[in-house]
Amino acid sequence: MMKRILSRGYLLLLLALLYAPIIVIAVFSFTEAKVMGNWTGFSTGIYEQLFSGKSVMIMKSVENTLLIALIAAAVATLLGGIAAIGIYNMRHRQRRMIQFVNNIPMLNPDIITGVSLFVLFVFMGFTQGYTTVILAHVTFCTPYVVLSVMPRLMQMNPNIYEAALDLGATPFQALRRVVMPEIRSGMISGFILSFTLSIDDFAVTYFTKGSIGLETISTQIYADSRKGGLSPEWRALSTIIFLAVLLLLLVINYRTMKHAHNRQSAIRAK
Amino acid sequence: MGRLFRLFGRRSNWALPYAVFLVIFVVLPLLLIVLYAFQDAEGNFTLENFVHFFNQPEVIRTFVYSVGIAFVTTAICLLLGYPAAYIMSRMRSNSAVIVVMLFILPMWINMLIRTMATVTLFDFLKMPLGQGALVFGMVYNYLPFMIYPIYNVLQKMDHNLIEAAEDLGAKPRQVFARVVLPLSMPGVMSGVMMVFLPTISTFALAEMLTLNKIRLFGTVIQENINNTMWNYGAALSFIMLIIIGITSIFTYRSKDGNLNDTGLI
Repeated sequence: MMKRILSRGYLLLLLALLYAPIIVIAVFSFTEAKVMGNWTGFSTGIYEQLFSGKSVMIMKSVENTLLIALIAAAVATLLGGIAAIGIYNMRHRQRRMIQFVNNIPMLNPDIITGVSLFVLFVFMGFTQGYTTVILAHVTFCTPYVVLSVMPRLMQMNPNIYEAALDLGATPFQALRRVVMPEIRSGMISGFILSFTLSIDDFAVTYFTKGSIGLETISTQIYADSRKGGLSPEWRALSTIIFLAVLLLLLVINYRTMKHAHNRQSAIRAK
Repeated sequence: MGRLFRLFGRRSNWALPYAVFLVIFVVLPLLLIVLYAFQDAEGNFTLENFVHFFNQPEVIRTFVYSVGIAFVTTAICLLLGYPAAYIMSRMRSNSAVIVVMLFILPMWINMLIRTMATVTLFDFLKMPLGQGALVFGMVYNYLPFMIYPIYNVLQKMDHNLIEAAEDLGAKPRQVFARVVLPLSMPGVMSGVMMVFLPTISTFALAEMLTLNKIRLFGTVIQENINNTMWNYGAALSFIMLIIIGITSIFTYRSKDGNLNDTGLI
């Protein structure tokens, strides 16, 4: 019993440590003081300020972040999904080779990916901006899509594709009706993973955004913190993002739990 | 068009677009780093960039310091994370899922926002920013990357092995040292790699958490690239690549060469 309390207490302590900064931000998003840590009375002023249309830079960075993440994740999912089917049908040696290269962007620290792509774009004479940032994000997202689709293909019974062909389906039909449903869940999780990786990225964006004034949330925070002091609106924005993520995770979790529960009762009913 | 159709009629060729993409955006950039590292600004072959590195005691000190900080961060993450992962692996699966989610949730929030939050917390508690804040901030940011792979391995472990060891008379400490720990090593290794590699290369975190007082190796690379010292910046990146290569060889030995066993995907 004692051991149980100790171990639960340890987990709680760690979690408290992990959440302490976020809670401090959330609490201080409801006061207007310029410097965080000063409590000048409860107010929703920062939130009003954020949505008043005056916080142009912050809102623009949010828009850029979401747009880049959406495009990069979509391209990565398509590219990675098709590639996974190809890799699955490759011979062993070719497969090992491409899987090895596929691992490189995942092992490389962001700064190396960023610097190396920066050098590439300089070398090719690309003007850096939206396109280069999106290409860079596709580069580090696609490997994760490939990795989340591959296991689904491995689990698939290879004969059902052949069976579809024998039964007169064209390769395209067999792909759409037989292979796609099998790998859809892998592609969805690849997409979600890519989207979050893209939103979270700082270093790669920093090196590939060029000097046209393109800023995402990360690079804007970095620029602001260098100029000394972040404007209070960031506290409100962070709180909103945190609550949105929390809500999303709760919904996903609730759905998977319900799904598992339904499946269990279905099995029991049999 | 007909030829194109025939080319993609073979499904193994479907990986071709991605293969081309990988060559252009992964292999070529790394080769360019190596090339630039061994060139001067005019494009002649030279070792000057590396000589320059070894002639700058300040940069070498920064390099050693960065590796040191990364070691300390990784060690603290391991010491804090292993027990947590172990406790979680022994919980009932329903509550374990919730606790795992709670540990992963902060990871979904932008790292710079989290770092900003850490800075705030230190201000709020009137604690000075500096080395302590840097280590705290890095542990705070990367701890989930340590916990999750270890939890994943421990959770899949066959618990009969522990019972077998107990039946054969092993004391709890022996069970842990001889059975649990060796079996969890793959998780520990991927955790170590997932914490160590990002921590040696970070620059924004260090700037925010120490108010620019402490420079890490990543900061030096970033400054050189920003000041158009591309060749020197590439040489420094090359040195970091070598460190990464060494770390990967030590920690990353997977049978069929993919990262699935980290459990993150």
